[in-house]
Amino acid sequence: MEGSILIGIYVFVLAIFLGFELISKVPPTLHTPLMSGANAISGITLVGAIVAAGLDVDVRLTTAIGLAAVILATINVVGGYLVTDRMLEMFKKKEK
Amino acid sequence: MRDQIINYSYLIAAVLFMLGLKKLSSPATARNGNRLSMLGMTIAIIATLFKQEIVSFNLIVIGVVTGSVIGAVTAKKVKMTAMPEMVAIFNGFGGGASALVAISVYHRLTPNFESFLLIALLLSVIIGAITFTGSVIAFGKLHGIVSGSPIVYTGQQVVNGMLGIVMVALVVGVFIVPADLKVFYGIFTLALVLGVLFVIPIGGADMPVVISLLNSYSGVAVSMTGFVLNNNALIIVGSMVGAAGLFLTMIMCKAMNRSLANVLFGAFGAVKEGAVAVGSTVTGAVKSYTIEDAFIILENAESLIIVPGYGMAAAHAQHAVRELADLLEGKGVEVRYAIHPVAGRMPGHMNVLLAEADVPYDKLFAMEEINDDFPHTDVALVIGANDVVNPAAKNNPGSPIYGMPVLNVEEAKTVIVLKRSMNPGFAGIENELFLMDNTMMIFGDAKQTLHDIISHLKD
Repeated sequence: MEGSILIGIYVFVLAIFLGFELISKVPPTLHTPLMSGANAISGITLVGAIVAAGLDVDVRLTTAIGLAAVILATINVVGGYLVTDRMLEMFKKKEK
Repeated sequence: MRDQIINYSYLIAAVLFMLGLKKLSSPATARNGNRLSMLGMTIAIIATLFKQEIVSFNLIVIGVVTGSVIGAVTAKKVKMTAMPEMVAIFNGFGGGASALVAISVYHRLTPNFESFLLIALLLSVIIGAITFTGSVIAFGKLHGIVSGSPIVYTGQQVVNGMLGIVMVALVVGVFIVPADLKVFYGIFTLALVLGVLFVIPIGGADMPVVISLLNSYSGVAVSMTGFVLNNNALIIVGSMVGAAGLFLTMIMCKAMNRSLANVLFGAFGAVKEGAVAVGSTVTGAVKSYTIEDAFIILENAESLIIVPGYGMAAAHAQHAVRELADLLEGKGVEVRYAIHPVAGRMPGHMNVLLAEADVPYDKLFAMEEINDDFPHTDVALVIGANDVVNPAAKNNPGSPIYGMPVLNVEEAKTVIVLKRSMNPGFAGIENELFLMDNTMMIFGDAKQTLHDIISHLKD
Protein backbone atom coordinates (compact mmCIF):
# COMPACT_ATOMS: atom_id res chain seq x y z
CA MET A 1 0.00 0.00 0.00
CA GLU A 2 2.79 2.41 0.98
CA GLY A 3 4.45 1.99 -2.40
CA SER A 4 1.32 2.42 -4.45
CA ILE A 5 0.43 5.63 -2.58
CA LEU A 6 3.84 7.02 -3.41
CA ILE A 7 3.48 6.07 -7.05
CA GLY A 8 0.05 7.65 -7.06
CA ILE A 9 1.47 10.90 -5.74
CA TYR A 10 4.24 10.84 -8.36
CA VAL A 11 1.67 10.31 -11.08
CA PHE A 12 -0.50 13.09 -9.68
CA VAL A 13 2.27 15.67 -9.60
CA LEU A 14 3.73 14.78 -13.00
CA ALA A 15 0.32 14.76 -14.66
CA ILE A 16 -0.35 18.28 -13.38
CA PHE A 17 2.76 19.49 -15.19
CA LEU A 18 1.82 17.57 -18.30
CA GLY A 19 -1.68 19.00 -18.15
CA PHE A 20 -0.37 22.55 -17.96
CA GLU A 21 2.00 21.89 -20.84
CA LEU A 22 -0.70 20.44 -23.08
CA ILE A 23 -3.31 23.02 -22.25
CA SER A 24 -1.12 26.07 -22.63
CA LYS A 25 -0.90 25.17 -26.34
CA VAL A 26 -4.67 25.45 -26.82
CA PRO A 27 -5.55 28.73 -28.59
CA PRO A 28 -8.05 31.05 -26.86
CA THR A 29 -10.56 30.45 -29.63
CA LEU A 30 -10.92 26.85 -28.43
CA HIS A 31 -11.14 27.58 -24.73
CA THR A 32 -14.83 26.72 -24.46
CA PRO A 33 -14.47 23.32 -26.18
CA LEU A 34 -11.34 22.74 -24.09
CA MET A 35 -13.33 23.28 -20.97
CA SER A 36 -16.26 21.11 -21.97
CA GLY A 37 -13.92 18.43 -23.34
CA ALA A 38 -11.84 18.36 -20.17
CA ASN A 39 -15.08 18.25 -18.28
CA ALA A 40 -16.23 15.20 -20.19
CA ILE A 41 -12.94 13.45 -19.47
CA SER A 42 -13.38 14.11 -15.77
CA GLY A 43 -16.47 11.91 -16.02
CA ILE A 44 -13.94 9.03 -15.88
CA THR A 45 -15.07 8.85 -12.29
CA LEU A 46 -17.81 6.70 -13.90
CA VAL A 47 -15.31 3.85 -13.65
CA GLY A 48 -15.55 4.02 -9.87
CA ALA A 49 -19.30 4.52 -10.00
CA ILE A 50 -19.80 1.38 -12.08
CA VAL A 51 -17.95 -0.72 -9.54
CA ALA A 52 -19.97 0.80 -6.70
CA ALA A 53 -23.25 0.07 -8.46
CA GLY A 54 -22.32 -3.49 -9.35
CA LEU A 55 -21.15 -4.72 -5.95
CA ASP A 56 -22.65 -7.47 -3.86
CA VAL A 57 -26.13 -6.39 -2.92
CA ASP A 58 -26.00 -7.06 0.81
CA VAL A 59 -25.06 -3.41 1.22
CA ARG A 60 -28.12 -1.75 -0.31
CA LEU A 61 -27.08 1.79 0.46
CA THR A 62 -23.76 1.40 -1.33
CA THR A 63 -25.35 0.23 -4.55
CA ALA A 64 -28.05 2.91 -4.40
CA ILE A 65 -25.36 5.55 -4.05
CA GLY A 66 -23.50 3.81 -6.85
CA LEU A 67 -26.54 4.05 -9.11
CA ALA A 68 -26.86 7.79 -8.49
CA ALA A 69 -23.15 8.19 -9.20
CA VAL A 70 -23.43 6.22 -12.46
CA ILE A 71 -26.30 8.42 -13.65
CA LEU A 72 -24.52 11.67 -12.83
CA ALA A 73 -21.18 10.56 -14.29
CA THR A 74 -22.80 9.23 -17.47
CA ILE A 75 -24.61 12.52 -18.04
CA ASN A 76 -21.25 14.23 -17.59
CA VAL A 77 -19.46 11.93 -20.03
CA VAL A 78 -22.09 11.58 -22.77
CA GLY A 79 -23.37 15.15 -22.59
CA GLY A 80 -19.88 16.59 -22.31
CA TYR A 81 -18.48 14.75 -25.31
CA LEU A 82 -21.47 15.35 -27.55
CA VAL A 83 -21.64 19.04 -26.79
CA THR A 84 -17.89 19.36 -27.39
CA ASP A 85 -18.24 17.53 -30.67
CA ARG A 86 -21.04 19.87 -31.72
CA MET A 87 -18.88 22.89 -31.01
CA LEU A 88 -15.79 21.53 -32.71
CA GLU A 89 -17.80 20.64 -35.78
CA MET A 90 -18.64 24.32 -36.15
CA PHE A 91 -14.99 25.24 -35.93
CA LYS A 92 -14.01 22.65 -38.46
CA LYS A 93 -16.42 23.79 -41.14
CA LYS A 94 -14.31 26.85 -41.76
CA GLU A 95 -11.46 24.71 -43.05
CA LYS A 96 -13.09 24.47 -46.47
CA MET B 1 -4.12 -11.56 -15.28
CA ARG B 2 -7.58 -10.10 -15.70
CA ASP B 3 -6.65 -7.18 -13.45
CA GLN B 4 -3.53 -6.54 -15.46
CA ILE B 5 -5.45 -6.32 -18.71
CA ILE B 6 -7.89 -3.93 -17.09
CA ASN B 7 -5.06 -1.77 -15.81
CA TYR B 8 -3.36 -1.69 -19.20
CA SER B 9 -6.67 -0.66 -20.74
CA TYR B 10 -6.75 2.27 -18.32
CA LEU B 11 -3.26 3.22 -19.41
CA ILE B 12 -4.34 3.19 -23.06
CA ALA B 13 -7.34 5.32 -22.13
CA ALA B 14 -5.12 7.83 -20.33
CA VAL B 15 -2.83 8.07 -23.37
CA LEU B 16 -5.82 8.66 -25.63
CA PHE B 17 -7.05 11.43 -23.33
CA MET B 18 -3.66 13.12 -23.53
CA LEU B 19 -3.54 12.84 -27.31
CA GLY B 20 -7.04 14.25 -27.42
CA LEU B 21 -6.02 17.29 -25.41
CA LYS B 22 -2.93 17.72 -27.56
CA LYS B 23 -4.98 17.78 -30.73
CA LEU B 24 -7.04 20.61 -29.28
CA SER B 25 -4.14 22.91 -30.11
CA SER B 26 -5.60 23.56 -33.56
CA PRO B 27 -9.20 23.92 -34.71
CA ALA B 28 -8.38 21.65 -37.66
CA THR B 29 -7.46 18.64 -35.53
CA ALA B 30 -9.58 19.36 -32.47
CA ARG B 31 -12.61 17.32 -33.47
CA ASN B 32 -10.52 14.20 -34.06
CA GLY B 33 -8.86 14.83 -30.73
CA ASN B 34 -12.21 14.82 -28.99
CA ARG B 35 -13.05 11.54 -30.72
CA LEU B 36 -9.80 9.94 -29.55
CA SER B 37 -10.77 11.03 -26.09
CA MET B 38 -14.21 9.41 -26.51
CA LEU B 39 -12.51 6.21 -27.63
CA GLY B 40 -10.35 6.29 -24.52
CA MET B 41 -13.42 6.68 -22.34
CA THR B 42 -15.17 3.78 -24.06
CA ILE B 43 -12.14 1.54 -23.52
CA ALA B 44 -11.95 2.49 -19.85
CA ILE B 45 -15.65 1.80 -19.29
CA ILE B 46 -15.67 -1.55 -21.08
CA ALA B 47 -12.56 -2.66 -19.21
CA THR B 48 -14.23 -1.76 -15.92
CA LEU B 49 -17.20 -3.99 -16.68
CA PHE B 50 -14.82 -6.98 -16.50
CA LYS B 51 -13.84 -6.28 -12.92
CA GLN B 52 -14.34 -9.22 -10.61
CA GLU B 53 -16.02 -7.19 -7.87
CA ILE B 54 -18.97 -6.56 -10.14
CA VAL B 55 -21.64 -9.17 -9.54
CA SER B 56 -24.77 -7.49 -10.83
CA PHE B 57 -25.21 -5.43 -13.96
CA ASN B 58 -28.81 -4.35 -13.42
CA LEU B 59 -28.12 -1.05 -11.75
CA ILE B 60 -25.19 -0.33 -14.04
CA VAL B 61 -27.36 -0.73 -17.12
CA ILE B 62 -30.17 1.36 -15.63
CA GLY B 63 -27.74 4.09 -14.64
CA VAL B 64 -25.82 4.20 -17.90
CA VAL B 65 -28.95 4.18 -20.05
CA THR B 66 -30.66 6.88 -17.98
CA GLY B 67 -27.55 9.04 -17.92
CA SER B 68 -26.87 8.59 -21.63
CA VAL B 69 -30.38 9.59 -22.62
CA ILE B 70 -30.38 12.67 -20.41
CA GLY B 71 -26.88 13.65 -21.49
CA ALA B 72 -27.46 13.11 -25.20
CA VAL B 73 -30.79 14.92 -25.31
CA THR B 74 -29.52 17.97 -23.45
CA ALA B 75 -26.33 18.08 -25.50
CA LYS B 76 -28.31 18.03 -28.75
CA LYS B 77 -30.90 20.55 -27.68
CA VAL B 78 -28.85 23.18 -25.92
CA LYS B 79 -28.40 26.48 -27.74
CA MET B 80 -24.86 27.69 -28.29
CA THR B 81 -25.68 30.85 -26.35
CA ALA B 82 -26.50 28.67 -23.33
CA MET B 83 -23.16 26.86 -23.45
CA PRO B 84 -21.75 28.38 -20.22
CA GLU B 85 -24.57 27.05 -18.05
CA MET B 86 -24.46 23.72 -19.86
CA VAL B 87 -20.77 23.28 -19.12
CA ALA B 88 -21.37 24.40 -15.55
CA ILE B 89 -24.08 21.83 -14.86
CA PHE B 90 -22.26 18.91 -16.51
CA ASN B 91 -19.26 19.81 -14.46
CA GLY B 92 -21.35 19.82 -11.32
CA PHE B 93 -22.63 16.33 -12.11
CA GLY B 94 -19.05 15.10 -12.51
CA GLY B 95 -18.11 16.55 -9.13
CA GLY B 96 -21.23 15.09 -7.54
CA ALA B 97 -20.46 11.66 -8.98
CA SER B 98 -16.94 11.74 -7.53
CA ALA B 99 -18.32 12.59 -4.11
CA LEU B 100 -20.88 9.76 -4.31
CA VAL B 101 -18.24 7.24 -5.35
CA ALA B 102 -16.18 8.23 -2.32
CA ILE B 103 -19.24 7.94 -0.07
CA SER B 104 -19.95 4.44 -1.34
CA VAL B 105 -16.36 3.43 -0.66
CA TYR B 106 -16.76 4.83 2.85
CA HIS B 107 -19.72 2.56 3.46
CA ARG B 108 -17.92 -0.42 2.03
CA LEU B 109 -14.76 -0.06 4.11
CA THR B 110 -15.99 1.47 7.35
CA PRO B 111 -14.55 1.44 9.96
CA ASN B 112 -11.19 0.12 8.77
CA PHE B 113 -9.41 3.01 7.08
CA GLU B 114 -5.79 3.72 6.54
CA SER B 115 -5.29 7.36 7.29
CA PHE B 116 -4.06 8.31 3.83
CA LEU B 117 -7.09 6.67 2.26
CA LEU B 118 -9.39 8.49 4.65
CA ILE B 119 -7.81 11.85 3.79
CA ALA B 120 -8.25 11.25 0.06
CA LEU B 121 -11.78 10.02 0.62
CA LEU B 122 -12.76 13.09 2.62
CA LEU B 123 -11.16 15.43 0.08
CA SER B 124 -13.08 13.72 -2.67
CA VAL B 125 -16.35 14.09 -0.77
CA ILE B 126 -15.73 17.71 0.21
CA ILE B 127 -14.42 18.97 -3.14
CA GLY B 128 -16.95 16.94 -5.11
CA ALA B 129 -19.86 18.26 -3.05
CA ILE B 130 -18.67 21.87 -3.30
CA THR B 131 -18.31 21.44 -7.06
CA PHE B 132 -21.81 20.02 -7.28
CA THR B 133 -23.77 22.72 -5.47
CA GLY B 134 -21.44 25.49 -6.65
CA SER B 135 -22.05 24.47 -10.25
CA VAL B 136 -25.79 24.23 -9.70
CA ILE B 137 -25.83 27.81 -8.38
CA ALA B 138 -23.59 28.95 -11.26
CA PHE B 139 -26.03 27.26 -13.64
CA GLY B 140 -28.91 29.06 -11.94
CA LYS B 141 -27.17 32.42 -12.21
CA LEU B 142 -26.27 31.96 -15.86
CA HIS B 143 -29.71 30.64 -16.70
CA GLY B 144 -31.43 33.51 -14.91
CA ILE B 145 -33.10 31.34 -12.25
CA VAL B 146 -30.91 32.79 -9.50
CA SER B 147 -30.15 36.52 -9.48
CA GLY B 148 -26.98 37.20 -11.44
CA SER B 149 -25.94 40.02 -9.15
CA PRO B 150 -23.73 39.24 -6.18
CA ILE B 151 -25.73 38.16 -3.12
CA VAL B 152 -24.00 39.72 -0.13
CA TYR B 153 -25.01 40.27 3.47
CA THR B 154 -23.30 41.67 6.52
CA GLY B 155 -21.05 39.25 8.32
CA GLN B 156 -20.83 37.00 5.28
CA GLN B 157 -17.11 36.48 5.68
CA VAL B 158 -17.53 35.75 9.38
CA VAL B 159 -20.24 33.16 8.71
CA ASN B 160 -18.13 31.49 6.04
CA GLY B 161 -15.09 31.53 8.30
CA MET B 162 -17.04 29.92 11.12
CA LEU B 163 -18.41 27.22 8.83
CA GLY B 164 -14.83 26.58 7.72
CA ILE B 165 -13.85 26.01 11.35
CA VAL B 166 -16.81 23.66 11.85
CA MET B 167 -15.61 21.73 8.81
CA VAL B 168 -12.12 21.34 10.26
CA ALA B 169 -13.64 20.16 13.54
CA LEU B 170 -15.78 17.57 11.74
CA VAL B 171 -12.80 16.28 9.78
CA VAL B 172 -10.87 15.85 13.01
CA GLY B 173 -13.95 14.09 14.37
CA VAL B 174 -13.98 11.56 11.55
CA PHE B 175 -10.42 10.58 12.34
CA ILE B 176 -11.38 9.96 15.95
CA VAL B 177 -14.60 8.06 15.21
CA PRO B 178 -14.43 6.95 11.55
CA ALA B 179 -17.56 4.84 11.83
CA ASP B 180 -19.81 7.67 13.03
CA LEU B 181 -22.22 8.28 10.18
CA LYS B 182 -23.47 11.54 11.70
CA VAL B 183 -20.02 13.11 11.56
CA PHE B 184 -19.34 11.80 8.08
CA TYR B 185 -22.63 12.98 6.65
CA GLY B 186 -22.19 16.24 8.53
CA ILE B 187 -19.10 16.84 6.43
CA PHE B 188 -20.95 16.01 3.23
CA THR B 189 -23.87 18.31 4.08
CA LEU B 190 -21.63 21.15 5.14
CA ALA B 191 -19.64 20.85 1.92
CA LEU B 192 -22.88 21.10 -0.07
CA VAL B 193 -23.76 24.27 1.84
CA LEU B 194 -20.28 25.73 1.34
CA GLY B 195 -20.61 25.22 -2.42
CA VAL B 196 -23.72 27.40 -2.42
CA LEU B 197 -22.19 30.07 -0.20
CA PHE B 198 -19.05 30.13 -2.32
CA VAL B 199 -20.83 31.05 -5.55
CA ILE B 200 -23.73 33.30 -4.46
CA PRO B 201 -21.57 36.37 -3.71
CA ILE B 202 -19.99 36.25 -7.17
CA GLY B 203 -21.51 38.41 -9.90
CA GLY B 204 -22.54 37.31 -13.38
CA ALA B 205 -19.61 38.96 -15.13
CA ASP B 206 -17.14 37.04 -12.95
CA MET B 207 -18.65 33.73 -14.03
CA PRO B 208 -15.79 32.89 -16.43
CA VAL B 209 -13.51 32.65 -13.40
CA VAL B 210 -15.97 30.64 -11.33
CA ILE B 211 -16.72 28.13 -14.08
CA SER B 212 -13.02 27.62 -14.77
CA LEU B 213 -12.32 27.15 -11.09
CA LEU B 214 -15.19 24.69 -10.58
CA ASN B 215 -13.87 22.80 -13.59
CA SER B 216 -10.55 22.58 -11.84
CA TYR B 217 -12.22 21.40 -8.62
CA SER B 218 -14.04 18.59 -10.39
CA GLY B 219 -10.67 17.44 -11.73
CA VAL B 220 -9.14 17.46 -8.27
CA ALA B 221 -12.13 15.50 -6.93
CA VAL B 222 -11.54 12.88 -9.62
CA SER B 223 -7.87 12.63 -8.65
CA MET B 224 -8.78 12.12 -5.02
CA THR B 225 -11.26 9.43 -6.02
CA GLY B 226 -8.37 7.89 -7.95
CA PHE B 227 -6.33 7.72 -4.73
CA VAL B 228 -9.29 6.17 -2.93
CA LEU B 229 -9.74 3.50 -5.60
CA ASN B 230 -6.01 3.15 -6.15
CA ASN B 231 -6.60 3.83 -9.85
CA ASN B 232 -3.86 5.71 -11.69
CA ALA B 233 -6.05 6.53 -14.68
CA LEU B 234 -8.31 8.60 -12.47
CA ILE B 235 -5.34 10.27 -10.84
CA ILE B 236 -3.86 11.25 -14.21
CA VAL B 237 -7.11 12.46 -15.73
CA GLY B 238 -8.10 14.34 -12.60
CA SER B 239 -4.83 16.21 -12.36
CA MET B 240 -4.88 17.10 -16.06
CA VAL B 241 -8.41 18.46 -15.78
CA GLY B 242 -7.47 20.22 -12.57
CA ALA B 243 -4.52 21.82 -14.35
CA ALA B 244 -6.70 22.83 -17.30
CA GLY B 245 -9.23 24.52 -15.05
CA LEU B 246 -6.54 26.27 -13.07
CA PHE B 247 -4.83 27.44 -16.24
CA LEU B 248 -8.05 28.99 -17.56
CA THR B 249 -8.77 30.50 -14.15
CA MET B 250 -5.40 32.22 -14.21
CA ILE B 251 -5.94 33.55 -17.74
CA MET B 252 -9.33 34.93 -16.76
CA CYS B 253 -7.99 36.59 -13.61
CA LYS B 254 -5.12 38.13 -15.55
CA ALA B 255 -7.55 39.46 -18.14
CA MET B 256 -9.43 41.22 -15.37
CA ASN B 257 -6.27 42.30 -13.57
CA ARG B 258 -7.60 40.80 -10.37
CA SER B 259 -6.31 38.15 -8.07
CA LEU B 260 -8.29 34.98 -7.62
CA ALA B 261 -8.85 35.90 -3.98
CA ASN B 262 -10.30 39.23 -5.05
CA VAL B 263 -12.76 37.58 -7.44
CA LEU B 264 -13.85 35.01 -4.87
CA PHE B 265 -14.01 37.10 -1.74
CA GLY B 266 -13.62 40.67 -2.98
CA ALA B 267 -17.36 41.34 -3.22
CA PHE B 268 -17.04 43.75 -6.09
CA GLY B 269 -19.87 45.77 -4.61
CA ALA B 270 -17.71 46.90 -1.74
CA VAL B 271 -15.26 48.74 -3.99
CA LYS B 272 -17.80 50.44 -6.13
CA GLU B 273 -19.05 53.15 -3.77
CA GLY B 274 -15.80 55.08 -3.83
CA ALA B 275 -15.48 54.57 -7.54
CA VAL B 276 -18.79 56.09 -8.49
CA ALA B 277 -17.75 59.35 -6.87
CA VAL B 278 -14.50 59.47 -8.80
CA GLY B 279 -16.11 58.16 -11.94
CA SER B 280 -18.56 61.02 -11.99
CA THR B 281 -15.89 63.33 -13.40
CA VAL B 282 -17.41 62.22 -16.68
CA THR B 283 -19.98 64.77 -17.65
CA GLY B 284 -22.34 65.33 -20.51
CA ALA B 285 -25.34 63.49 -21.76
CA VAL B 286 -25.47 60.42 -23.87
CA LYS B 287 -26.61 61.16 -27.39
CA SER B 288 -28.69 58.52 -29.03
CA TYR B 289 -28.28 58.00 -32.75
CA THR B 290 -30.45 56.29 -35.30
CA ILE B 291 -30.04 53.31 -37.60
CA GLU B 292 -29.56 55.71 -40.54
CA ASP B 293 -26.61 57.40 -38.84
CA ALA B 294 -24.93 54.06 -38.33
CA PHE B 295 -25.72 53.01 -41.88
CA ILE B 296 -24.05 56.08 -43.37
CA ILE B 297 -20.93 55.59 -41.25
CA LEU B 298 -20.68 51.88 -42.07
CA GLU B 299 -21.27 52.39 -45.76
CA ASN B 300 -18.40 54.84 -45.99
CA ALA B 301 -16.01 52.83 -43.86
CA GLU B 302 -13.02 50.96 -45.22
CA SER B 303 -12.16 49.04 -42.11
CA LEU B 304 -14.31 47.72 -39.29
CA ILE B 305 -13.52 45.93 -36.07
CA ILE B 306 -16.44 44.20 -34.39
CA VAL B 307 -16.23 43.89 -30.62
CA PRO B 308 -18.76 41.39 -29.27
CA GLY B 309 -19.73 41.06 -25.62
CA TYR B 310 -22.22 39.22 -23.48
CA GLY B 311 -24.99 41.36 -25.00
CA MET B 312 -24.46 39.62 -28.34
CA ALA B 313 -25.06 36.27 -26.67
CA ALA B 314 -28.07 37.54 -24.74
CA ALA B 315 -29.66 38.91 -27.93
CA HIS B 316 -28.69 35.80 -29.97
CA ALA B 317 -27.25 38.27 -32.47
CA GLN B 318 -24.30 36.24 -33.77
CA HIS B 319 -25.95 35.30 -37.06
CA ALA B 320 -26.99 38.89 -37.71
CA VAL B 321 -23.41 39.96 -37.01
CA ARG B 322 -22.14 37.54 -39.60
CA GLU B 323 -24.70 38.70 -42.16
CA LEU B 324 -23.71 42.33 -41.66
CA ALA B 325 -20.03 41.43 -41.96
CA ASP B 326 -20.69 39.55 -45.22
CA LEU B 327 -22.55 42.47 -46.72
CA LEU B 328 -19.85 44.94 -45.77
CA GLU B 329 -17.09 42.67 -47.02
CA GLY B 330 -18.99 42.45 -50.28
CA LYS B 331 -18.67 46.23 -50.47
CA GLY B 332 -14.93 46.04 -49.90
CA VAL B 333 -14.82 46.78 -46.18
CA GLU B 334 -12.15 44.97 -44.18
CA VAL B 335 -13.94 43.28 -41.27
CA ARG B 336 -12.21 41.78 -38.24
CA TYR B 337 -13.28 40.78 -34.75
CA ALA B 338 -11.62 41.71 -31.49
CA ILE B 339 -12.20 39.20 -28.70
CA HIS B 340 -11.49 40.16 -25.12
CA PRO B 341 -10.59 37.13 -22.99
CA VAL B 342 -13.43 37.74 -20.53
CA ALA B 343 -16.07 38.81 -23.02
CA GLY B 344 -19.14 36.70 -22.32
CA ARG B 345 -19.68 34.27 -19.51
CA MET B 346 -16.97 31.67 -20.03
CA PRO B 347 -13.54 31.44 -21.66
CA GLY B 348 -13.94 31.39 -25.44
CA HIS B 349 -17.70 32.07 -25.28
CA MET B 350 -17.64 34.62 -28.13
CA ASN B 351 -15.51 32.39 -30.34
CA VAL B 352 -18.01 29.57 -30.10
CA LEU B 353 -20.95 31.82 -30.96
CA LEU B 354 -19.16 33.33 -33.94
CA ALA B 355 -18.09 29.87 -35.08
CA GLU B 356 -21.73 28.83 -34.90
CA ALA B 357 -22.51 31.72 -37.25
CA ASP B 358 -19.75 30.50 -39.60
CA VAL B 359 -17.37 33.38 -39.04
CA PRO B 360 -13.93 32.14 -40.14
CA TYR B 361 -11.74 31.86 -37.08
CA ASP B 362 -8.80 33.57 -38.75
CA LYS B 363 -10.83 36.78 -38.57
CA LEU B 364 -11.02 36.60 -34.79
CA PHE B 365 -8.19 38.36 -33.03
CA ALA B 366 -7.17 38.26 -29.41
CA MET B 367 -6.82 41.55 -27.59
CA GLU B 368 -3.01 41.75 -27.82
CA GLU B 369 -3.07 41.03 -31.54
CA ILE B 370 -5.47 43.76 -32.53
CA ASN B 371 -5.33 46.45 -29.88
CA ASP B 372 -2.79 48.60 -31.75
CA ASP B 373 -4.91 48.62 -34.89
CA PHE B 374 -7.81 50.67 -33.57
CA PRO B 375 -6.18 54.08 -34.38
CA HIS B 376 -6.15 53.24 -38.08
CA THR B 377 -9.59 51.71 -38.14
CA ASP B 378 -12.62 53.59 -39.38
CA VAL B 379 -15.30 51.99 -37.24
CA ALA B 380 -15.33 49.95 -34.07
CA LEU B 381 -18.71 48.26 -33.67
CA VAL B 382 -19.30 47.34 -30.03
CA ILE B 383 -22.12 44.84 -29.61
CA GLY B 384 -23.25 44.40 -26.06
CA ALA B 385 -19.81 44.78 -24.49
CA ASN B 386 -19.24 47.24 -21.68
CA ASP B 387 -16.50 46.77 -19.10
CA VAL B 388 -14.05 45.31 -21.62
CA VAL B 389 -14.15 48.56 -23.63
CA ASN B 390 -14.25 50.99 -20.71
CA PRO B 391 -11.42 53.55 -20.97
CA ALA B 392 -11.69 54.11 -17.21
CA ALA B 393 -9.61 50.94 -16.83
CA LYS B 394 -6.73 52.93 -18.33
CA ASN B 395 -7.23 56.46 -17.02
CA ASN B 396 -9.29 56.42 -13.84
CA PRO B 397 -7.38 55.07 -10.83
CA GLY B 398 -10.59 55.26 -8.77
CA SER B 399 -12.47 52.88 -10.99
CA PRO B 400 -12.98 49.33 -9.74
CA ILE B 401 -11.72 48.01 -13.04
CA TYR B 402 -8.65 50.26 -13.15
CA GLY B 403 -5.68 48.30 -14.46
CA MET B 404 -7.74 45.72 -16.32
CA PRO B 405 -6.49 45.37 -19.90
CA VAL B 406 -9.22 46.67 -22.23
CA LEU B 407 -9.79 47.05 -25.94
CA ASN B 408 -8.85 50.54 -27.16
CA VAL B 409 -12.02 51.00 -29.18
CA GLU B 410 -12.19 54.74 -28.50
CA GLU B 411 -9.13 55.21 -30.72
CA ALA B 412 -11.10 54.23 -33.81
CA LYS B 413 -12.43 57.11 -35.90
CA THR B 414 -16.01 56.25 -34.99
CA VAL B 415 -17.31 53.91 -32.34
CA ILE B 416 -20.79 52.53 -32.77
CA VAL B 417 -22.17 50.99 -29.60
CA LEU B 418 -25.22 48.75 -29.68
CA LYS B 419 -26.69 48.55 -26.23
CA ARG B 420 -30.00 47.50 -24.77
CA SER B 421 -30.35 50.49 -22.47
CA MET B 422 -28.26 53.03 -20.64
CA ASN B 423 -28.16 50.84 -17.53
CA PRO B 424 -24.55 50.67 -16.51
CA GLY B 425 -23.17 47.14 -16.79
CA PHE B 426 -21.97 44.92 -14.05
CA ALA B 427 -21.33 46.62 -10.67
CA GLY B 428 -22.74 49.87 -12.01
CA ILE B 429 -19.48 51.24 -13.37
CA GLU B 430 -19.94 54.25 -15.59
CA ASN B 431 -18.47 54.08 -19.03
CA GLU B 432 -17.20 57.35 -20.43
CA LEU B 433 -16.86 55.73 -23.83
CA PHE B 434 -20.60 56.21 -24.22
CA LEU B 435 -20.22 59.99 -23.79
CA MET B 436 -17.32 60.56 -26.16
CA ASP B 437 -17.69 62.69 -29.27
CA ASN B 438 -16.73 59.91 -31.65
CA THR B 439 -19.17 57.45 -30.08
CA MET B 440 -22.60 56.77 -31.53
CA MET B 441 -24.97 55.04 -29.14
CA ILE B 442 -27.80 53.04 -30.65
CA PHE B 443 -30.21 51.67 -28.08
CA GLY B 444 -32.37 48.64 -28.56
CA ASP B 445 -32.16 44.91 -29.08
CA ALA B 446 -28.84 44.22 -30.81
CA LYS B 447 -30.29 41.64 -33.17
CA GLN B 448 -33.10 43.94 -34.27
CA THR B 449 -30.73 46.87 -34.72
CA LEU B 450 -28.39 44.77 -36.84
CA HIS B 451 -31.28 43.53 -38.97
CA ASP B 452 -32.39 47.13 -39.55
CA ILE B 453 -28.89 48.16 -40.60
CA ILE B 454 -28.67 45.12 -42.87
CA SER B 455 -31.94 45.95 -44.64
CA HIS B 456 -30.67 49.50 -45.21
CA LEU B 457 -27.45 48.15 -46.67
CA LYS B 458 -29.36 45.84 -48.97
CA ASP B 459 -31.42 48.69 -50.45
